[in-house]
Amino acid sequence: MSENHLLDLAQDIVRRAQAGGASDAECTIAEGEEFSANVRMREIENLKEAGSRGAGLRILIGKKTGSSYTSDLSREGIERLVQSAIELADITTDDPHAGLPEREELGQIEGDLGLYSAAVADLDTGFKIETAKATEEAALSTDTRIFNSEGASFDNHAGRHVFANSRGFAGEYRSSYCSLSTSPVAKDGESMERDYWYTMARDFSGLESAVYVGTTAAKRALRRLKPVKVETQKVPVVFEPRTARSLLDNIFEAVHGMAIYRHESFLAGKLGEKVAHEDVTVVDDATIPGLFGTSPFDDEGVPSRRTVVIERGVLKSYLMNTYAARKLGIKTTGNASRGLTGNAGIGHGNFYLEKGVQSAEQIIGGIANGFYVTELMGFGVNTVTGDYSRGAAGLWIRNGELAFAVSEVTIAGNLKDMLTGIEAVGSDLEFRGSVAAPTLKIGEMTVGGR
Amino acid sequence: MVFSESVFAARFGITRQDLEGYLSEALSQGGDYADLYFEYLLTSSISIDESMVKSAAQGVSMGVGVRVISGERTGYAYSDDLSPEKIRKAARVAAHIASGPAKTGKFNLSEGARHNLYPVVTAPTETAFTDRVELVKRADRAARAYDARIFQVQAMYADNLRQVMVATSDGVLTVDRQPLARMSVSALARTKDGAPQRGHSGGGGRVELNFFLKEKTPEHFAAEAAREAIAMLDAVEAPAGEMTVVLGPGWPGILLHEAVGHGLEADFNRKGVSAFSGRVGQKVASELCTVIDDGTIGSRRGSLNVDDDGHPTQKNVLIENGLLRGYLQDKLSSRLMKNPSSTGSGRRESYAHIPMPRMTNTYMLAGESDPEEIIRSVPKGLYCVNFGGGQVDITSGNFVFSASESYLIEGGKLTRPVRNATLIGNGPEALKYVSMVGNDLRLDEGIGVCGKEGQSVPVGVGIPTIRIDRMTVGGTA
Repeated sequence: MSENHLLDLAQDIVRRAQAGGASDAECTIAEGEEFSANVRMREIENLKEAGSRGAGLRILIGKKTGSSYTSDLSREGIERLVQSAIELADITTDDPHAGLPEREELGQIEGDLGLYSAAVADLDTGFKIETAKATEEAALSTDTRIFNSEGASFDNHAGRHVFANSRGFAGEYRSSYCSLSTSPVAKDGESMERDYWYTMARDFSGLESAVYVGTTAAKRALRRLKPVKVETQKVPVVFEPRTARSLLDNIFEAVHGMAIYRHESFLAGKLGEKVAHEDVTVVDDATIPGLFGTSPFDDEGVPSRRTVVIERGVLKSYLMNTYAARKLGIKTTGNASRGLTGNAGIGHGNFYLEKGVQSAEQIIGGIANGFYVTELMGFGVNTVTGDYSRGAAGLWIRNGELAFAVSEVTIAGNLKDMLTGIEAVGSDLEFRGSVAAPTLKIGEMTVGGR
Repeated sequence: MVFSESVFAARFGITRQDLEGYLSEALSQGGDYADLYFEYLLTSSISIDESMVKSAAQGVSMGVGVRVISGERTGYAYSDDLSPEKIRKAARVAAHIASGPAKTGKFNLSEGARHNLYPVVTAPTETAFTDRVELVKRADRAARAYDARIFQVQAMYADNLRQVMVATSDGVLTVDRQPLARMSVSALARTKDGAPQRGHSGGGGRVELNFFLKEKTPEHFAAEAAREAIAMLDAVEAPAGEMTVVLGPGWPGILLHEAVGHGLEADFNRKGVSAFSGRVGQKVASELCTVIDDGTIGSRRGSLNVDDDGHPTQKNVLIENGLLRGYLQDKLSSRLMKNPSSTGSGRRESYAHIPMPRMTNTYMLAGESDPEEIIRSVPKGLYCVNFGGGQVDITSGNFVFSASESYLIEGGKLTRPVRNATLIGNGPEALKYVSMVGNDLRLDEGIGVCGKEGQSVPVGVGIPTIRIDRMTVGGTA
């Protein structure tokens, strides 16, 4: 289907909504194709291939809204889509802050953002299967203690995102990615542990090699064997980049515009105040070419941009869509996000903590007794209060070195103290997704164990 | 419902001959087994925030998934277009997994026995929006009226009506109409100078709208959310380290879901990657523990008349008096593990997903202890009555679940509420420390969502009050 067809369709849906009585309307159409090949213990396990698309509509009648979606893009399906949204505006409440962005706020950033590679779709199925097999094989052959595997996968996806609204915005972009992952299982006596590694890129050439992915996953599983449950104690805690990233997820939840106007964040009312250690700078940037949080416009048709959220420890900005910004009397930061339909929520672009100067080895080297966290479990983070309590596994730091594996423990504290307690920021920032952080050391947390 | 009355036959004109044709296409390259999963899904949701109904949405999606199994290999393709050409194309793509001569012949599709667990005449999705919007307005008013310290309330009501049809090369043809509704309320409380605290509640099931008018009203959920938020205003720091933990009845059954349920799913055990692999017949819990997964409880959120393989659901004993009895099987795992049959545990998120073994409603049978006696028996410990989510590492067996409302037990009495804390344990070990089981088995109110390998499905849990002599609590005090 041609590019213009879906853009025309989105604009047509907006016009139909207006003709049906909507004072404003916005339409999203998404189209995608997915492929995945899973191999396990050297054999093909699953092959999956398909494509799908759907359209979503949100309309306003005055200050009342209604939303709908459909996977049926036939004439009949579209008529029903429009009627459904209009029907629903009847039951919602007049909301003085509801509405689309102002015309002058709409737009998109120009230039090639490196989001799409046609070559991904052309990769041969046999080649993808062989790549997954090579990845698993690399893991299995790393060590005799790698005795089993949950398999390896090659996935790729290509999609098109179309958005149009009644204030004259119409835009679309394509994106693609491929990824390679494996999850080997290690065993030593009664101890059995698994871990994983993955790589993801906009096209095949951006992926780490099958051998690197496989051996990295295997080494990670091996170093978890024969873990100890340590005694309950307060110690310095180091988050490796993979777990440090989850702290960025927690910060994002706390600077989310909706949470701010509802006062359900421990960072509400703290703009301009010191909320983190002065070595901490957190940025949201949806304009970096090729990365996974990059897009030319947000899900309300507002151009993507770079926003400094925390600058040298001081809270500089929350992340906003049009609605939350109006509630707070400020401007959107271009962070609107939604699925096919509904009121826009708030999302992030590439949300990361700027790198520091120390290597992970230097950070660990300075700790006499501490915990290096390589895995976090569960959902025990309350961004209203900042209370933080999660399951953890990793390695114990003894006299500046990683000494032995630790599991079945918790780490706990409060995000307010944790952010100000970030005593060291590593130099090892890399983007494996849209959220990224380097190695981080927090001065003290409670490790719950025996 | 029978095939001829289904949306697929009545609206899309699909015939038995069509289904047999698609199955033939799916097995055109050989293959041991093929199935078709048709889905037609209507959804709606309404939410209120700041006493304004800010959002209302409805939608429709449909599609068909085609699966071909050849030995241990699965080929899968789907289409969101139910036209014959598109279904045939999906069948041809899935067929590529096999390489052999075409399987031909008749599949003798016949409609077998099925439960009738949710005889809902009018699904909530089919009722007037003006009735459903009242639910969130009532919840908002009730939560605010509960206490002057409640200052923010959000309530959400969502329902869906899923029509499914499964046709398999081993002759199964089954259709089901699966209504599901739930509402949830979140309330924030604060004192003059203190930090806000959140309370949360919700529930529902495969029910008519009347359930929310007669049985579990918006006022019930609102009061529960507001009560929790108010209770937490006085919370002190949670303790850290190993201690005695008492779980209250109902939703704390999430312990079973994380500690044993996932580890007993047959796919992990077929592959030997679960901490429970090869342990059938062994002691994995104290003899006070009998754990069931039951997909046949009427009107429950986790129940299904047939699973997504087209197999009737059943009541499965996972652990009996502490001994591991068996795994949760789907069609593929039961074939490969040479198990007599599926346990009716094959589930999938939608037509775009490959089915796998999943839980339905997982609970522990009641014991004989008086719940108050259980609390009185603990000199020092933690009493947990409400939880957020949980997670498990299947291979090591380590699991967590996060307490959102709990109280210190001191000298056999509940004293102070404590702040959120994660509990951590090891699946095959944790239930060995269960020393008392209450006579008050309760199922949760119907709000659970289980995620596995990127697929979400609705589930239920349940548990009586239990005492666990040793568990690690992740507080700071």
